Amino acid sequence: MSAALEIAADVRAGRRRARDVLEEHLARIDASEPEIHAFNLVLADEARAAADAVDAAVAAGDDPGPLAGVPIALKDNLCTRGIPTTCSSRILEGWRPPYDATVVARVAAAGAVAVGKTNLDEFAMGSSTENSAYGATRNPRDTSRVPGGSSGGSAAAVAAGFAPLSLGSDTGGSIRQPAALCGTVGVKPTYGAVSRYGLVAFASSLDQIGPFAGSVADAALLLDVIAGPDPLDSTSSPVAPAAVSPVLRDGVAGLRIGLIDELVDADGVAPEVREAVDRAAAALEAAGATVERVSVPSVVYGLSAYYLIAPAEASSNLARYDGVRYGLRVDGGDVATMNARTRDAGFGPEVKRRIMLGTYALSAGYYDAYYGKAQKVRTLIMRDFAGAYERFDALLSPTSPTVAFELGAKADDPLAMYLSDICTIPTNLAGHAAASVPFGTDRDGLPVGVQVLVDAVQEPTMFRVMQALEEAGS
Amino acid sequence: MSADYEAVIGLEAHVELATVTKLFCGCLNEFGAEPNTNVCPVCLGLPGSLPVLNRTVVEYALRFAAALDFHVPEESIFARKNYFYPDMPKDYQISQYEEPILVDGQIEIDGVRIGIERAHLEEDTGKTTHMGGGGRIHEADYSLVDYNRAGVPLMEIVSRPDIRTAEQARAYVSELRGVLKTIGVSDVKMEEGSMRVDANVSVRKVGATEFGTKVEVKNMNSLRSLGRAIDFEIERQVEAIEAGERIVQETRHWDEADGRTHGMRTKEGSSDYRYFPEPDLVPLAPSAEMRTAAAGQVPELPQARRARLIAEWGIAETDARVLVDVEGLADFAEAAVAALTDGAARDVANWCTGDVLGYLNETGLSIEVLPLAPDGLAELVGLVAAGTLSRNQAKDVLAECLREPKRPKQVVEERGLEQVSDTGALAAVVDEVLAANADAVDEYRAGDDKVKKKKRGFLMGECMKALKGQGNPQMLNQLLDERLG
Repeated sequence: MSAALEIAADVRAGRRRARDVLEEHLARIDASEPEIHAFNLVLADEARAAADAVDAAVAAGDDPGPLAGVPIALKDNLCTRGIPTTCSSRILEGWRPPYDATVVARVAAAGAVAVGKTNLDEFAMGSSTENSAYGATRNPRDTSRVPGGSSGGSAAAVAAGFAPLSLGSDTGGSIRQPAALCGTVGVKPTYGAVSRYGLVAFASSLDQIGPFAGSVADAALLLDVIAGPDPLDSTSSPVAPAAVSPVLRDGVAGLRIGLIDELVDADGVAPEVREAVDRAAAALEAAGATVERVSVPSVVYGLSAYYLIAPAEASSNLARYDGVRYGLRVDGGDVATMNARTRDAGFGPEVKRRIMLGTYALSAGYYDAYYGKAQKVRTLIMRDFAGAYERFDALLSPTSPTVAFELGAKADDPLAMYLSDICTIPTNLAGHAAASVPFGTDRDGLPVGVQVLVDAVQEPTMFRVMQALEEAGS
Repeated sequence: MSADYEAVIGLEAHVELATVTKLFCGCLNEFGAEPNTNVCPVCLGLPGSLPVLNRTVVEYALRFAAALDFHVPEESIFARKNYFYPDMPKDYQISQYEEPILVDGQIEIDGVRIGIERAHLEEDTGKTTHMGGGGRIHEADYSLVDYNRAGVPLMEIVSRPDIRTAEQARAYVSELRGVLKTIGVSDVKMEEGSMRVDANVSVRKVGATEFGTKVEVKNMNSLRSLGRAIDFEIERQVEAIEAGERIVQETRHWDEADGRTHGMRTKEGSSDYRYFPEPDLVPLAPSAEMRTAAAGQVPELPQARRARLIAEWGIAETDARVLVDVEGLADFAEAAVAALTDGAARDVANWCTGDVLGYLNETGLSIEVLPLAPDGLAELVGLVAAGTLSRNQAKDVLAECLREPKRPKQVVEERGLEQVSDTGALAAVVDEVLAANADAVDEYRAGDDKVKKKKRGFLMGECMKALKGQGNPQMLNQLLDERLG
């Protein structure tokens, strides 16, 4: 079921009206959103106008583009011109960006219809979408459970049928982990493949925007639209990436797949998750790939390195929320007091925790021991992956050690929460690509995700493996 | 200063680069626009915005490198300098820290080599105006911020502690300004703030190898105040040491009005900027083409030009310095010399550093807007050399040509100023004058030197009177000599 591809094909051919497609989705949002809370803001009026414009273009004989009339949900840390962009934080209260993020402009130019801004852990810091100033999002597969995070709203929007496509951001697993927990496809592209311009920064050297979709083919459709050089982002790759949609049917015969020892055997990986990975490996072998175990030793240090680098960058990125220019301001007698009161009132506890961690890690006298050492670990992880990719075309691991957990289960235990990302973090540190594909369910019917990892710019190979897993799993 | 001590001085110059647009965005880099009109999401540091490096800034830095012999490493790295301040949009400044774009340059001042440790690129901050309370932050009612300046490209140029006197410091800054202006990368106006210079000053006993404790002195807005501030600070430190006090490492503010430096209120914890590499920018690696192109864009530098003018024109060092330092003056003089048909280059130089510069200073005009063209000055020098005008007459003619769009020859004609240099005509006048003033001639012949001088002057005056001031003075003198014996 590739809903987005079908909608776009039908709308472009004039078989369906974008407006009708939209109304079906808005009706679903009306019915279930109060329970799910995937959105911080539903853009019904704006979406109707955009859908009508798509229909008008088709009527005039113009092609609205590859995403013609496809409803899309946007994580609320992507800037949208004139529309509130909150990052689920009180500190950005009332702020309306004067510009669109590059990805927002690209999906609009391709004919997509933005239906809303989705909930997230505040500034993308979290793994459950419970750290939101606007309340938690619930998992559509079981509303007593979290959708994962930080892009929980975007994952839930696709899982609940609010939109066939959504955009999220992934700094340490924030697309892949919620995709796994909600049973959708989620892709973290190679660092630099997708422009970060207009993505409100959490950790600039790790952040990457990517798609959620109900199918691998739909995810490929969206990735091909958003990827590509952007002169507004100096870290975006100047070379246009190879399209992934054309290779989906190429199969996996002859591909060498490595099963990462350290992640498959990690403490805390639930038996049913581990079994799903084994079944996925067997399915790939059945499809003609070779599968072997591989050790990538340094990935076990990924979590520690990440929790120095990401907070360090965040402490600097979030300094600008000082009450001077936009967003929340709590008055004080002088500037410093105003700054402090604003930040105290505007940031939630997890954001404060990370700002403090990062400030400490960068402080004079501690830099080498913390930030500097974490960067060395990062280099080591890249080296170990490079060794693995000499022998393998793609690697396989669990996406999340567990299926979706109950709301509140880890809310008071940051370390337990951080461990949700042990399998996904190494990819961000290396700057490579990885994706989560749903592969069966546990005995309670909760979805399990399998992670496919590839070297930088090897997305075409990654999508061939993802497609094979989807076909074997369904 | 006591002869037992010597000063050790290092200078940090912040120079605004005169690019059309800002360092990391396309906003105009212009002085004096309406507040907050040259701003965009990037230079306002709005959430989600990202910096993109201005290529021209790199070209300017490479040109500066070629001019002052810097080494340009393969790669340099931008870093974030983190601190809170309302006029800094992101609450961090994008700068360069451990790996600057230029290292190891040098300037020669009167045969002394002053090393330049590094030059790096960074963005300027906005400008805060404190309203009420006399403009001071602590007493102000409120403050207004203008972000037009935020993101303007700056180059920070850090000398080595090779400077020993205030005089040398002034010469260094003056030379630096000349170079930056000549290569066209900055206006370098200290008064307008497009060049700001801070001084690190310490003193030590002559012969000591260890440095003393250094003090950073800020807020000098002219070369003169730089020199005064350094001299004051040297005195202050020597006196303190002689009085048995310890020098505290601190930042001191120069007060132009009372002519003293004052310790600034210390900000607690302000020194930890938590630098780390800027993740939004890639390492800066200028291509071989850019490096080569920059080397070809360095015109003749002030020092070389002065040396050439001294050698070619036979003028004094001080005159060469004035010609080269005053914007456009040396260009003007060289064009005039090129147009010269009669007369000497040094005469052109003298008119330029004298009457022309005097007029510019008096009116505040720049040389390009003068009605006088270089070949007009050449014409004037030619008229003097040919004996058509006396120097004093030429002064008057030049004065008119500086004000009105007229050629010197035109003025000479209009005023009927042509000098009488015809020997026969002059001889007739001289004979007439001597005949009419026989008494004076007798007194001259009988008198002592003093009387001779007086009578001779009188007779010369009478000749000139008869010639309406237009007699050639050298020829008249010669004729008088012949007749008075």
